[in-house]
Order: sequence, then C-alpha cells, then structure tokens
Amino acid sequence: MNHENQRFYLYPVWIRIWHMVNALLCLILIITGLSIQFSNPGTMVKFSAAVSVHNIAGIILSISYALFFLGNLFTPNGAYYVIPVKGFITRLKKQFIYYTIGIFKKEDAPFPVNEESKFNPLQQVTYVVLMYGFVPVIVLTGWGLLYPEITVNSFVGFSGLDLTDLLHIFAGFTISIIMCVHVYFCTIGKSPVSNFISMINGYHESH
Amino acid sequence: MVYKANIRPAWVVLIMLLLFTLAFTLVKTSDTPSSKTIQAEQEKPDKIDLSRFKNAAENEVCLKCHGQSKYTYENPESKKTVTKRMFAELVMNRDVFYVSNHREFKCTDCHSEDYSTFPHAGNLRMEAKANCIDCHGGDEKYAKFKFEQIESEFQASVHSEKHSEDFTCWMCHNAHTYKINARTNENLKETILYDNLICLNCHGDVKNYQLLTNKIKPNILQKHEWLPNQASHFTNVRCIECHARNEDTLVVAHHVVAKNQAVRKCEACHSKNSILYASLYKYQVSLKIQKEGFIKGLLMGETTTIGPDKSNRLNIISLVIFSLTILVIMIHAILRIKNK
Repeated sequence: MNHENQRFYLYPVWIRIWHMVNALLCLILIITGLSIQFSNPGTMVKFSAAVSVHNIAGIILSISYALFFLGNLFTPNGAYYVIPVKGFITRLKKQFIYYTIGIFKKEDAPFPVNEESKFNPLQQVTYVVLMYGFVPVIVLTGWGLLYPEITVNSFVGFSGLDLTDLLHIFAGFTISIIMCVHVYFCTIGKSPVSNFISMINGYHESH
Repeated sequence: MVYKANIRPAWVVLIMLLLFTLAFTLVKTSDTPSSKTIQAEQEKPDKIDLSRFKNAAENEVCLKCHGQSKYTYENPESKKTVTKRMFAELVMNRDVFYVSNHREFKCTDCHSEDYSTFPHAGNLRMEAKANCIDCHGGDEKYAKFKFEQIESEFQASVHSEKHSEDFTCWMCHNAHTYKINARTNENLKETILYDNLICLNCHGDVKNYQLLTNKIKPNILQKHEWLPNQASHFTNVRCIECHARNEDTLVVAHHVVAKNQAVRKCEACHSKNSILYASLYKYQVSLKIQKEGFIKGLLMGETTTIGPDKSNRLNIISLVIFSLTILVIMIHAILRIKNK
C-alpha cells in the first residue's frame, strides 16, 4: 500500500488540548516528584514548594484524567483503545519485529495509521496499560497520600500508608519510563518532527 | 477492524473501580476498631495476683486507704466511724502499680517509715523525694539506659532552665505507674501515643500546666496549624522529635528546647538525612527488618517517613532500569540514523 502524502485529521481539538495539558502536568509531576523523593536540604527544589506544586498539579491531573476517562467512554475516540482479542499476540509480534528489525531495513510499518486505527498494536497495549492501569493507580494513591486518614491502617501486614506510598512511587517510576519511550517513538514518523507537529495541528502524515 | 463486539477498557476500569471501592470500604471498616471493641478493651479487668509480689502484704497497709477513692477511720473522740474522700492524686491504683517497673518495691522504700502511723504527721509532707538519678545513677545494671545522660540533658532543657528545682522527673514520669515502653513495645503507634501523652499531661491540661506558671496555656492545635496533615503528624510522630535534641541512640531525648528552636522545616524529617532516622524509628525499623525478612525490608526501606527515598536497594534497581531504557533508545536511534 502506498501511503505517500496521505493526511488524516486524527486528533480533534479536545484531545490535543488534553494531551498538551497532560504532558505538561506529567513533566511538572515528575520533576517535583523526584525532588520530593530525593529531598535533601539545599540540593533540590525547596521541599515545601515542591510538595505544593506536586499537590496542585496532581489535582489538575485528576480532573484532566476524569475528562479523558469520560471522553473515552462516550466519544468515538474510545474505540481506539479497544484491543481486538483475536490474533492480538501475532499482531503484537509483527509490530515488535518491525521496531527491532524491519525499521532498519526501511520496511513499511505493518499497521499504518488510518482513521480506523490510530494506534499500532504495541502502542495500543501500552496506552491501555498506562491510561487504564498506572494512571488510575497513581491518581488514587495520590489522593490517599494527600488525605492520609482515608487510607487503611494496615493491609496484609503492611502499613496502609507505606503501601500507598510505594504504589504511588512505583506507578510514577513506570509512567516516567513509558514517557521517555513515548517521546522517542514519536520521532519515528514521516520526519523526526512530523508526529510532534501532528499533535499541534491535528493532522497525521503517513509515511 | 471491527470494534463493535469489543468493550472499551474505560468500562472495565469503571467496574474495577466500583469493586475496589467496595473492597476498600470493607477493609477500612474492619481495620478501624469500633467504639464497642475499644470500650470492651478498656473495661477488661486486670486481675493481678498480689501473692506474686513479696511486698504486697506490707503495701496493703497503705493501699487499704490509698488504694481507693475513699478511706475510713474511727474518730477516737466521738468513737464514730468516719468515711472521707481520698484526694485523687493520692490514690494509687494497684492494677497500674503492679505492672509498673517499680512493682517490686514497698511503699516505705521511698516514703518515710513514719507514714505507718495515722493520722500522718504534718511534717511528713516536707520529706525530700528521690529523683531517678538518686537510685539509678552509677548503677551498672541500668547503664544501658544512660540515666546520667538523661540527667544532664534534662538539666540543659527548657523545662529545667525555666523552672529549676520545681520541675522534677515526676512532672512527666509517675514513679508509681512508670512502665518501660520504647524498648519493649513493638507497636510504634502505641509508643508514640504513650510518649506524647506525657507532654499533653501538662501542655494539653491547663490545671497541670499552671502548676508551674501563671501564663495562659497555648492552644497546641492552633500553634501547629502550619503543619500539613496535622492529625497524621500528631499520631505518627512524637512531640520530642521536633521539640528536643535527638541523639543517634534509643535514649529518649530529654533536652527539650524552647519553642523557637523547635524543628519547623519539612525536609528535616522528609529527607535522606531525616532526623527521624535517629532514635526510636531507626530502632523500630531495624527490628522490623530483622523480624519480617528481606523483602519487606527491601520494600519498606530504612526510613519511615512518607516521601523521601526509602530504600537504597530500590533506588539502585530503578536507576539500572532507567539507564537501560535510555541505552536501548540511544542504540535504536543510532541504528536508525545509520540506516537512513
């Protein structure tokens, strides 16, 4: 199939705004989160300032996530996150082999972007795990840490607050790793910057 | 691709959230002791077998009157039996005394033998009372408790400086009820509550507070309004962590400092070099790791504060994962550029 110079309007305004806000919040949360995690007097962002910014950004992220969640429950965009079970592993393998071997042989992407499928199988599974797994966990545990009295006192021998803290940090770490990979994979487009431009003007350029 | 037959993951998450809320509520309600169980625990009578204590019979002579809220005697003039109320602070509770550290003592070990006559002679109330160091100082058996260090810390404290001789050990520690706590109690929250109640006995009760001053007692809740999650801090941290100089030992800090010298910076505790890493918490965490094994030790790490890095081992693991990710990305990028 030849996809030369094909353009699709894939990213409606609400998604682009949400994506931009989400990206900014994630950056702020990672930076302040790290400075709280490794806080030491005098070396990082002031602890109390980092905590305040982290709390505010976290609350905005919760709202933004709620909008994302509702949007993907009720708008057509939610369909992109549905993983068809049949043949899924085969498709995942195909995409993985493309990223590890095919891409260097200048092969065509096995699952080109079109109006019906915005994400390739690998993207799809990552985004589902991220947006419906780690993000809800980090939002819930975040609220648990903001209001420690709502967390359980103990759970299977662990202190409830320690466990909440641990889950929050684990989810934060995983999201940070996924974000690094996500930014890198965005350079795999028609040109290294075309995918970034798509998230501004809404049009995807096929390659 | 046909999507119609499949369910959006958001619906799945929504159902899971509902289930989670349900499970959470169940766990939450089961781990919060109901008022009924608290009441039952409080009402549980402590039956103490007095025959186990060699001085119990002798002590009963005193406790016959001082063991309850009223006492009876015969008035030699009127030949009538008189019942009077015992001053609350002169009542010694057997249940509490016989589980305290001083349970093996007889009353007259510390109080004058002359108390054996009734009515007690008026000048007896002038008798000098022994302080901790009078018995425990220089005793090898008690060396590990470092009473000398406690004494010198106390002498330097704001309590001692401001009130001199009036402020004695007994202001905070009752010789009749004192029971060792931090070293033997594995329940950290109980130890914290025990220690904080000592402070609150005066700083939370104007009657006791004004025994030493005519000043108006400051409102603790208002004074600590700046502290985020006040309730959590009050139940998880001892007053002395911020209000006393802590040494890196289990010795309970007695060098209580003036309010303007108290710790006010979040990062004093919430940091790698947390002041909480000294003293009680260090002791408790090392006990926990010893008892509960490597995995819990690894996950729960070396400090107990929320926020700062808990475990060096986990930090190293995450740094390795992060570095590997960046390495793979770089190799992939270089190969892409090469094959362009």
